[in-house]
Amino acid sequence: MMSDAVKTVRSTCPYCGVGCQVDMQIHENHITRVDAPFDVAPNFGRLCTKGRYGVDFVSHPSRLTYPMIRKELGVQPRKPVGLSGFRRATWDEALDLAAEKFVEIVQANGGDAVGTFCSAKATNEDNYLFQKFVRGVLGTNNIDHCSRLCHAASVAGLQITLGSSAMSNSIAEMKDLEVLLVTGSNTSETHPVISTFLREAVVKNGARLIVIDPRQIEMSQFAEYYLQLKPGTDVVLFQALAHVIVKEGLVNQEFLDSRVEGLEEYIPTLDPFTPEYAEEICGVPAEMIRQAARLYGKANAAAIYWGMGISQSSHGTDNAISLANLALLTGHIGRPGTGLNPLRGQNNVQGCSDSGGLPNVYPGYQPVNEPEVRGKFEEFWGVSLDPEPGLTTMEMVDAAEQGSIKGYYVMGENPMMSEPDLLHARHVMENLEFVLYQDIFMNETGEYADIILPAVSFAEKDGTFTNSDRRVQLIRPAIHSPGESRPDWEIIQDLALRVEEKLGRDKSVGFSFAAPSEIWDEMAQLTPPFQGINHQRIEKEDGVHWPCPTPEHPGTPYLFSETFPRGKGKLTSLVYRPSVELPDKEFPLILSTGRVLYHWHGGTMTRRSKLDDIYPEALVEIHPADANNIGVDSGEWVKVRSRRGEIESKVLVTRRSPQGTVFMPFHFVEAAANILTLDARDPQAKIPDYKVCAVVVEKR
Amino acid sequence: MNKEKLIQLTIDGKECQVPEGTTLLEAARSLDIKIPVICLHEATTAEGLCRQCVVEVEGWGRLAPSCITPAEEGQVVLTESERVTRTRRTILEMLNASVDISQSPALQAQMERYDADPERFPGAKKRTAEILDDNPFYIRDYSQCILCWRCVQACADDMQYTYALGIGGRGHDSHITTFFDVPLPETTCVFCGNCVGVCPTNALQGKTEFLLEQGLQHNEIRARRRQERQNERRSS
Repeated sequence: MMSDAVKTVRSTCPYCGVGCQVDMQIHENHITRVDAPFDVAPNFGRLCTKGRYGVDFVSHPSRLTYPMIRKELGVQPRKPVGLSGFRRATWDEALDLAAEKFVEIVQANGGDAVGTFCSAKATNEDNYLFQKFVRGVLGTNNIDHCSRLCHAASVAGLQITLGSSAMSNSIAEMKDLEVLLVTGSNTSETHPVISTFLREAVVKNGARLIVIDPRQIEMSQFAEYYLQLKPGTDVVLFQALAHVIVKEGLVNQEFLDSRVEGLEEYIPTLDPFTPEYAEEICGVPAEMIRQAARLYGKANAAAIYWGMGISQSSHGTDNAISLANLALLTGHIGRPGTGLNPLRGQNNVQGCSDSGGLPNVYPGYQPVNEPEVRGKFEEFWGVSLDPEPGLTTMEMVDAAEQGSIKGYYVMGENPMMSEPDLLHARHVMENLEFVLYQDIFMNETGEYADIILPAVSFAEKDGTFTNSDRRVQLIRPAIHSPGESRPDWEIIQDLALRVEEKLGRDKSVGFSFAAPSEIWDEMAQLTPPFQGINHQRIEKEDGVHWPCPTPEHPGTPYLFSETFPRGKGKLTSLVYRPSVELPDKEFPLILSTGRVLYHWHGGTMTRRSKLDDIYPEALVEIHPADANNIGVDSGEWVKVRSRRGEIESKVLVTRRSPQGTVFMPFHFVEAAANILTLDARDPQAKIPDYKVCAVVVEKR
Repeated sequence: MNKEKLIQLTIDGKECQVPEGTTLLEAARSLDIKIPVICLHEATTAEGLCRQCVVEVEGWGRLAPSCITPAEEGQVVLTESERVTRTRRTILEMLNASVDISQSPALQAQMERYDADPERFPGAKKRTAEILDDNPFYIRDYSQCILCWRCVQACADDMQYTYALGIGGRGHDSHITTFFDVPLPETTCVFCGNCVGVCPTNALQGKTEFLLEQGLQHNEIRARRRQERQNERRSS
């Protein structure tokens, strides 16, 4: 029998952006069971397999437990090495050396010679402190994180049309929806708990569901209209829906008159996008487009949910704009049950952006190039700040290639699995002068590091995560951290003080925090929408939705009820731009990459958990007709080749994939799908296209 | 359900007012009167299966399952009358005679509270079942299953909308199963474990806890999983 020493700790799930509340049972410093409290938002007792069974990675024996320094320090070009290529170091030695290297680079080349990656898996407090160090001490705005590679296009599209970028509905209202449109989101695998509320709306409460997705995902089984469009033709389909809504008089004239601009210019641009034209381009019957448009247009309230299928595209911003156009035409935004909802991927991707982990904004999306805003931060921190926005993730890769970026600081991210065109991205890393890596595990990015700093997991520290509907929630220490590992915020603080000292700064910008709650308080002081939130209040209320400007403010469950941040919503004209790389004779199939239920991102966590037992290897999903042409069956091996590289994988023959399109998850290093993907970026959001490139599949 | 109209009734001598449509159980709870339940769970639909929540309504010939009986104007309700406690005791004794409830602290506490005799039905046929260990996440030991249906409800329209679990057999042979009795990985199951989260006994139990109870250490459990996976790969 288990010993009596079992305790239960309430925390927030470390996987996706739903932000499920969990009760973790701890026995002998291991998480033995995870339950969900039934009376607490957002999940009300529901969990998915990752939250309930996938958190055992925290006790994996391969956790990093002490600082390490590369044995062949300074040898160029650097080669990726495993842990045997590193030697153990003390914290003092590792931090002093890291500080020295940063100071060298900054003094010789300026702060902009450093590129930094903060983490959508770390807390708001970790990220606030990270960007404070990067901006206030290193003196650069070169800070970004993985949201660039996931929802950057949603952010850009919603900025253009509304002036804001967060999800407009709360998870709590999902079950009461009337009409919902889910597109580019395999919700039941990537946001499983949200998918249960959407299904509840349909099955129990009579909501009507439209699913628009190239893959016949599980949610399509609950749909009244399932529009299986060809990959990359999204803009045409959404514009055709808008076309029908306008032609059939389903617009909300009152809403257009009072809250929308750009109508006169926009309407004529819809003319070419007839349902018949869309049928030709997208492969969806014109009549079904009409019916779906009528359902959405005539609804009293309708909400749109989307995921990576919309944003991870070389026309991702256009995709998001075309969805916003639909909501603005019909007035399906700003009321309960309406809205535009990009479902956030990482547990704290919303919070990492909120906390200033972006190259162009301070916490709370306050632009770095607005003198008044910058002045506020300069005064508070006591330092002059860079007025120019910094580089995005992939621009940092370019800058490193050109030599203007000399050093990387990577905290809790794995760009060497998640960047597109990996072989190129890896090559770029070989020529950096210095790489500092801070994480809980060694991963593909850490193999390029000079110094490795061991951080602690979500189960070993406190702080806050902000979920997809802007709910700020607590995490709490449940187990002891292994070895000498330390919380990210402590590491950053210690490093920052050393860099300041070596730079000869006479006054620190402020790194003397005793607890994450103090870090939050400083951020809130500088960020009006957070000013009503602190750790004690979250503790009392389980979670608070920002914007929440005062302690008396209840928090904001849905946005835009009166006005949009940019004033009026802006209808925006679009043209159809086909995907950058389309199939041809040599590469006849479209490759779409994505995720599966049992794994997460680069696999650093899930592949070290029980989840790997049920889904232990990559599978490339192929339609039966394509499989027949290639001459393979489920379980057999194939080579998948693109113009960039080649990988091997087993096959899963399934009708989930449309004919002509193969699907691969990107979680598996031994079959890293991003070796195949291409570095074609959305012009506005700079997000790469992970959903459409051309490949050939051959029997091995 | 019309929540506007208020209903007046008396429970255990205390007056209370509740909106129309409120069940007797909810009404009692509003007075801080705790009626014991077995099958009911806050996340699943009340079905009135176990009858442990029965109460005596003045003038009614039979006892009323309070979880599904709406309160009515002027009712006089007793939640712990002699007849009620005798019924609850018998329910527990029958349950204990047919299923292994030793690993359910909540049911053990009720056995004690109602002074139930574990030996009341010595000749009864106890449910037996092999432990089903067909996935990496949880085991199913239906010898501990009290047929509360919560797992089936959680898997279907009360939580998950996945419909992997159902009920097979009839009468005494009723049991929770998958369609055609296939192993869970061959069903629509997505291993959310929401069924495990509502199971009142250890009929559904996380594999980690199960193996710890078997005496394994945490590192052995991890190593064992790895080993099993390698064996599986070799055999395929």
